[in-house]
Amino acid sequence: MTETRPANFRTSVMNIDRPGDPTIFGDDVRAAAAEIIARYPAGQARSALLPMLHLMQSEQGYITPDGIAFCAEMFDLTKAQVAAVVTFYTMFKRSPTGEFLVSVCRNPLCGLLGGDDIYAALSEALGIGMNETTADGTITLEHAECLAACDYAPVVTVNYEFFDNQTVGSAMALVASLRAGERPTPTRGAPLCSFREIERLIAGFPDPRADALEWEATGAPTEAGVRLALERDESAPSYANRAENTLAPPGTEALGQPTSAHDAPLTTSASDSENPAPPPGQKEG
Amino acid sequence: MPLTPVLTKRFGTNQPWKIANYEALDGYTALRVALTQNPDSLIETVRNSNLRGRGGAGFPTGMKWAFIPQAKPGEPVKPHYVVVNADEGEPGTCRDLPLMMNDPHSMIEGIIIACYAVRAEHAFIYIRGEAVHAIRRVLAAVGEAYERGYVGRNILGSGFDCEITVHCGAGAYICGEETALLDSLEGKRGQPRLKPPFPATNGLYDAPTVVNNVGSLASVPYIVLGGSDWFKLMGPEGSPGPCIYSLSGRIVRPGQYEAPMGTTLRQLIDMAGGMSRGKPLKFWTPGGSSTPLFTAEHLDVPLDFDSTVKAGSMLGTSAMMIFDEGDSVVRAVLKWTQFYEHESCGKCTPCREGTYWLAQILERILHGGGTEEDLDTLLDASDNILGRSFCALGDGAASPVMSSIQYFRNEYLDLIAGTAAPTDETPVLAGAH
Repeated sequence: MTETRPANFRTSVMNIDRPGDPTIFGDDVRAAAAEIIARYPAGQARSALLPMLHLMQSEQGYITPDGIAFCAEMFDLTKAQVAAVVTFYTMFKRSPTGEFLVSVCRNPLCGLLGGDDIYAALSEALGIGMNETTADGTITLEHAECLAACDYAPVVTVNYEFFDNQTVGSAMALVASLRAGERPTPTRGAPLCSFREIERLIAGFPDPRADALEWEATGAPTEAGVRLALERDESAPSYANRAENTLAPPGTEALGQPTSAHDAPLTTSASDSENPAPPPGQKEG
Repeated sequence: MPLTPVLTKRFGTNQPWKIANYEALDGYTALRVALTQNPDSLIETVRNSNLRGRGGAGFPTGMKWAFIPQAKPGEPVKPHYVVVNADEGEPGTCRDLPLMMNDPHSMIEGIIIACYAVRAEHAFIYIRGEAVHAIRRVLAAVGEAYERGYVGRNILGSGFDCEITVHCGAGAYICGEETALLDSLEGKRGQPRLKPPFPATNGLYDAPTVVNNVGSLASVPYIVLGGSDWFKLMGPEGSPGPCIYSLSGRIVRPGQYEAPMGTTLRQLIDMAGGMSRGKPLKFWTPGGSSTPLFTAEHLDVPLDFDSTVKAGSMLGTSAMMIFDEGDSVVRAVLKWTQFYEHESCGKCTPCREGTYWLAQILERILHGGGTEEDLDTLLDASDNILGRSFCALGDGAASPVMSSIQYFRNEYLDLIAGTAAPTDETPVLAGAH
């Protein structure tokens, strides 16, 4: 897969081949748009442009001329002004995105620990390169910049959900399973949804799934320090009953002077069988 | 140096991201205390704690708060804003997202206290768009905090009103730069602004604005509870407190280790179980890829804001990417440079053009086509980026190039001469993008 070397990404241009029709979006989309705008102070509606573009992607899978026209109408901007914002940000896709966006971190830490090989293997197996989509519309592939999970390197995300500590073999199996219509469980976070569904969350609408928060948030690396502190019986100095040093200027009484019993390191679920971690997520270690 | 979990202390407990569990573990007690205080004395408490911003620059948080101009009685009041920089993306940095996934309420509690102190009635959490796992929990946590009366109108009966808006980015590292973040939050291309004026006077919507990192704000409730002297019990006086060190790379147990400021890498590697492949340490970053590389000779540098500068680098985001003798420094530097090239916002020429050419020269050297003159060109180009770019992204891009040539010139020369020893990895010949 040869990839041409583009000029600076953020100053690249967008080819808009038709005027776009803002009327294709129904009342539900307009209601959601109004809800987004209401999050910002009066007179500052334009702040809603980024979430609005995420909403457009949740409707159409990428930024289309219709989405641009809709945003232009919403914010009283020209379509060129909207497109100028679109082209600055990598998450705004300019061609149809598959049901699953597979992102492979190739930043140095993940890259040297295996990310480069993983990307090369997936690209070859799928027959697609950067930001290209398989013919069946299942998978769009990209290599990502640092995904802020270096302690789980190398990482791959599917619709931005983490699959930690990947190898070429596990990543190939992951992609094969996605193409077979399965939805493998991410290592942390919540079960997979479609690209369009996740874009609605990024537009700022809470995850509608009842169990979305029940899944484990951490793996071993996140807890490595607290676990070791427990093992070694080490802790920060207690903050309880120290507040009188600086709080409560003369003549005022603190409402809720804390009586903390909790500033010692806490027992983790791993070592405390009476407080087990919740079951649904795949927890490591 | 012992481990001192403060911000991370709830990690691994029973669903700490849920408000009832947070409340059961001291949650929102600091807010109750703070709301009885004079806002100016709260600012003073944070200032006296010497808390320095955890986002990278290490600027004193309390001073930032104090810079917000406050109207005298009878003067018209201009709105103030608090903006949380949750756009974590500095290579190697993986600290704020786990914090928001596990313990989002500590950040939210810190936000409300900050708003009360600087007299802001609206806060924005600018969270990285790709971070859906954290977005999901922060959205839910803010919703819970509204339901319980910790956010919204007349908070806990105090008469103080404060709204929180969760705002997701869309894929741009530069938006971690505070003025680029503000432009992005205003619905524009995320390019940095000329400073001065600073956000403290002309920030979001041209109004006085505090921009703080997630970890800085999450530290605030503990400082309110413990007092500024308690905070200074950990680490050196000028750069105190617990620090979440993010360790990644060639070590046995990568992860988040919260220890006092001034802990050394030697101690941290010991906590992490040693090197993972039995090979000696070769190079590492003290605070993400934008901070000049350190080597084995820096194992005993105290990792706090001042000592790292003295040793020739910076603490940055306290993100240690650790590489061993099996890793090619030139390959790592090429990949970092490609990152900066991709993330350069394009606004200023030294950064936009400089990163483009640095990447090509490094690629040529790595693949055997380099000349000795290339090293001079790399240094010359870096010198024209460092300090001459519009914002710190350019400085960050020059740092790995310059520091790697400083410490590993011979490795570059061996590659150029074709006498380099093979590394563990075969360089992948894929293009930059």
